[in-house]
Amino acid sequence: MLNLRQINKEACDMRYEAPSSIDQAVALLASASGEARVLAGGTDLLVQIKTDLVEPTLLVDIKGIAELREIGEEAGAFRIGAAVTGAELKENPRLKAVWPGVVEAANLIGSTQIQGRATMGGNLCNASPAADSVPALIAAGAKVAIVGPGGRREAPVEDIVIGPRRLSLTKGEIVASFLLPAKAPRTADAYLRFIPRTEMDIAVVGCGVCLTLDGQGTCTAARVALGAVAERPLMVAAAGAALVGSKVDGAALATLDAAARAACRPIDDKRGTKEFRVEVAGVLARRAAQIALERARKG
Amino acid sequence: MQEKVKDAPGSEFQWIGTRPVRPDGVDKVTGRAKFGADLAMPGQLVGKVLRSPHPHARIKSIDASAALALPGVKAVVTRDDFMDQPSEFIPAGEMMINYRDVVRNVMAREKVLYDGHPVAAVAATSASIARRALKLIKVDYEVLPHVIDVVEAMQPGAPLLHDDMITAGVEPAPKTPSNVAKRIEFGMGDVAAGFKQADVVIERVFTTKPVHQGYIEPHACIASVSEDGQAELWVSTQGHWIVRTHCARLLGWDVAKIRVTAAEIGGGFGGKTVVYLEPVALALARKSGRPVKMVMTREEVFRASGPTSGAHVRVKIGARKDGRIVAAEAELKYQAGAFQGSPVQPGAMCAFAPYDLENVKVVGYDVVSNRPKVAAYRAPGGPIAEFAVESVIDEVAAKTGMSGIDFRLRNAARQGTKAAYGPKFGPIGMVETLEAAKAHAHWRTPLAKNQGRGVASGFWFNIGGETSVSLSLNEDGTLSLTAGTPDIGGLRASLCMMAAEELRVPLDKIRVQIGDTGQLGYNFLTGGSRSTFSSGMATVEAARDVIKQACKRAAQLWELPEDAVEYKDGAVRPAGPNAGKHAPMSLKDVAGIAGKTGGPIVGYARLNAHGAAPSFATHIADVEVDPETGRAWVVRYTAIQDAGRAIHPSYVEGQYQGGAAQGIGWALNEEYVYGDDGRLQNPGFLDYRVPVASDLPMIDTVIVEVPNPRHPYGVRGVGETPICPPMAAVANAVADATGIRFTELPLSPPRVLKALGEARGNGQAKI
Ligand SMILES: Cc1cc2nc3c(=O)[nH]c(=O)nc-3n(C[C@H](O)[C@H](O)[C@H](O)COP(=O)(O)OP(=O)(O)OC[C@H]3O[C@@H](n4cnc5c(N)ncnc54)[C@H](O)[C@@H]3O)c2cc1C
Repeated sequence: MLNLRQINKEACDMRYEAPSSIDQAVALLASASGEARVLAGGTDLLVQIKTDLVEPTLLVDIKGIAELREIGEEAGAFRIGAAVTGAELKENPRLKAVWPGVVEAANLIGSTQIQGRATMGGNLCNASPAADSVPALIAAGAKVAIVGPGGRREAPVEDIVIGPRRLSLTKGEIVASFLLPAKAPRTADAYLRFIPRTEMDIAVVGCGVCLTLDGQGTCTAARVALGAVAERPLMVAAAGAALVGSKVDGAALATLDAAARAACRPIDDKRGTKEFRVEVAGVLARRAAQIALERARKG
Repeated sequence: MQEKVKDAPGSEFQWIGTRPVRPDGVDKVTGRAKFGADLAMPGQLVGKVLRSPHPHARIKSIDASAALALPGVKAVVTRDDFMDQPSEFIPAGEMMINYRDVVRNVMAREKVLYDGHPVAAVAATSASIARRALKLIKVDYEVLPHVIDVVEAMQPGAPLLHDDMITAGVEPAPKTPSNVAKRIEFGMGDVAAGFKQADVVIERVFTTKPVHQGYIEPHACIASVSEDGQAELWVSTQGHWIVRTHCARLLGWDVAKIRVTAAEIGGGFGGKTVVYLEPVALALARKSGRPVKMVMTREEVFRASGPTSGAHVRVKIGARKDGRIVAAEAELKYQAGAFQGSPVQPGAMCAFAPYDLENVKVVGYDVVSNRPKVAAYRAPGGPIAEFAVESVIDEVAAKTGMSGIDFRLRNAARQGTKAAYGPKFGPIGMVETLEAAKAHAHWRTPLAKNQGRGVASGFWFNIGGETSVSLSLNEDGTLSLTAGTPDIGGLRASLCMMAAEELRVPLDKIRVQIGDTGQLGYNFLTGGSRSTFSSGMATVEAARDVIKQACKRAAQLWELPEDAVEYKDGAVRPAGPNAGKHAPMSLKDVAGIAGKTGGPIVGYARLNAHGAAPSFATHIADVEVDPETGRAWVVRYTAIQDAGRAIHPSYVEGQYQGGAAQGIGWALNEEYVYGDDGRLQNPGFLDYRVPVASDLPMIDTVIVEVPNPRHPYGVRGVGETPICPPMAAVANAVADATGIRFTELPLSPPRVLKALGEARGNGQAKI
């Protein structure tokens, strides 16, 4: 139970800052005494504040930091600012052509209106096991650049979320950007999610697949990631391995299906039962692999 | 602005059956229309409700002193601010209410009975202060064991919600209390003898989940009470006279002290026929001396406003080889929520109503459990019973080798059929809807892979009731029409059209409004699909009253007897032997002489509308099922229904489509999910899954017209019947696609996938 003094304090104390550089943002976050939060699109955070799930005393709005709003291409690799929205990804024809799975995943989020606000950084840092863009980014082999009081570091996307609402970031650290690596030839990605409706829903299972073929159509590399089947998004090495060395044929897809299912450790909740999630994880892995395969064959 | 598209060229009518733009349309699309939360008053406070976190607990004490001490808090109300009420059942629309329970639902007294039950409310100068004040109210609870499920609630030893609940309708009366409020039974013929003649008997047990009306606009109101006790209330409601009655009763005020204005309403579907915030806002306004505005959050809407019952239903039907049903039996157990009063009675009456049967028996139970008290939801009780019956009909039909449509035609109720619930039907359109279905291209179109087709029929009674309307002839010959039933689905357009039809004036010469409770005599609420029927009947009567007065005034001027004057083609003229003696007088001319011939001309009708007639429907659904994920979705849908007469066909079609959409949601995904702790886990549209637009195909409609002889234009109500057939239509389609008969709603992917797996195991799955 909160006492009166605490509550009165909270009433007047929610501070809003909109710095124009990463360093200022980091300094604000690092020196905050109460609960401080980065505010990106706010499509998660504002909902959480309104429903009393979180009561931050400091909001640091990062949308005014130019560097975080850019998409850049460097020698075939893409750097995507953490505050870039799903809609902005979709409007970038190059990115859409090179990483269709990632762009599609970000644009499954919510609705047109939500996609205009929702950022990639927010989707990752909200630390939901069901975030749509995260398995797609993991499958694509994306890395994040993190800036904090101790400087800049890099980490694979799969290392950021450690549990529901829990991140491996330390106090004052923010995600600055995502780096999608330069792609090998005949490499393509795909992302599928299962929802009971057609939109405005949260993934009951999500699956990202990225695979590479050689000139003969044999799979030489594959990464498979699953969402909403564990306490955090999972990179499933065994599922990727199931495809490597195969022509991504029926037998390989069956092995992939089994490996995906084996990796799941879901819960029963309002969105689906354990057994349902496990079974559908296998189905989506197969279906996403087939889409990625088609795309890889085309180039 | 007027768009006039004649449906039937050469029709006897000028306006009826056309599709003009609705009079409230421009305000709605431009944002001028004021809904419940759009009204603001100087000095208004924000009212918020503290709700129980427990599904069942005794309230040992409530201490609001810290909240009252918070700067900005102007008033707090609790159970102590509402007088207790005696136990007494009174009819309220399609449901019964008991003020002893209403007062406890508005503000918990001895116990909280569901997660979200109101315990206290505050009025403060801002929303954030009000929210903080709620956290400062100390409620000491003694948590009690709870029960959520209807079958568990009926077990001996289940946690008791009400210590004094003795099941009514059982002889001899039980000696011990239980959660079963009431048992009902009715029927006719001899069911046992009937089943002996049957060649095919199917018996199934079904379960359905409580579902919410899902109106887009949450409950909202603003109340103001002056120092001398004159109260004003603006509210989103289906019936402002009813709100006035309930508030006066709960607060102990004179009815005349309270004036209620109905705001534009963003959906109700039955859920806005009861009071939640209104008496609380008035109590806070009186205590604080300031206007108080209260708006529920979506979470509050789900946790504490009425869904309809979840149920457990057993149906048994027997038929001869020739397709004639010889016996039908049903047992319905309906959840009422925390207080008695589920719609089990209408459910029982609807169950077999579409059929002409000799031997029927229906037994129903009204059962309380720790959930929000149910409220009316579109054809309350009907869809649940009809889902079960129409599913079994589908199976029996298949066993007799007949199509679903032919089997229903063989057994359909017609004019003169005695319904199992009592009356003999007048002219009805059940057969016509089936024939229209059979003739529809949809019925013959081939299905694709993994698809199935289902058909189901539906029925709803429709009601009339107390209604007042006034129609004033203005000084320039235009007219002002005031009705008292809130306009939920295009009522103002339909009333205008009926008045214009009577008066033969252009539609835009009539302006229509929904009056407040001070402007008209009593009006029962918009519910029971009554508003176009009842207010339409009153509008026609008021228009004829205007005509009569106009004729009288002209006769006076022309010095002719009244019956020597007639009203034709929008003008008063001398009739019979006097024809042509004077130039005809338009309504404008008559308005010009109104002053000197006796004063204003105002037509008025106050009546209790009798002769409401039932509406029958037949729906066809095509559903596709993903064999690997269990996801089922509707790929084609046709809703066919008897409207009696469609005054404005677009709004009739809108009702058919809306009912179908809600029924599809009920069938496929909507359900309340409770945790073991008895708390609702999905109080929001994210996880309480109503269909979104992209989930549905265009819903095709066919309006059948078998006029109701008891209405001047043949109107039947149309709003509720369309939600009765969809669940069975969808489930029958899924059965056709998969080979599996689903008896448990919703047909959500996990349930379908699990059943597919089991059916594949024993070789019964078609996909
Ligand atoms: C109607 C609706 C539908 C939705 N549908 C989906 C859906 O289909 N799929 C889905 O995955 N999500 C969905 N969401 C959730 C949400 O939109 C996404 O997670 C979105 O990507 C969050 O981004 P944001 O910019 O709005 O984050 P914010 O709400 O601004 O932030 C979210 C969290 O991340 C932190 N944060 C943000 N940026 C950074 C950063 N750069 N560094 C460190 N921390 C940061 C914030 O402090 C906060 O804790 C939906 C939300 C709504 C309201």
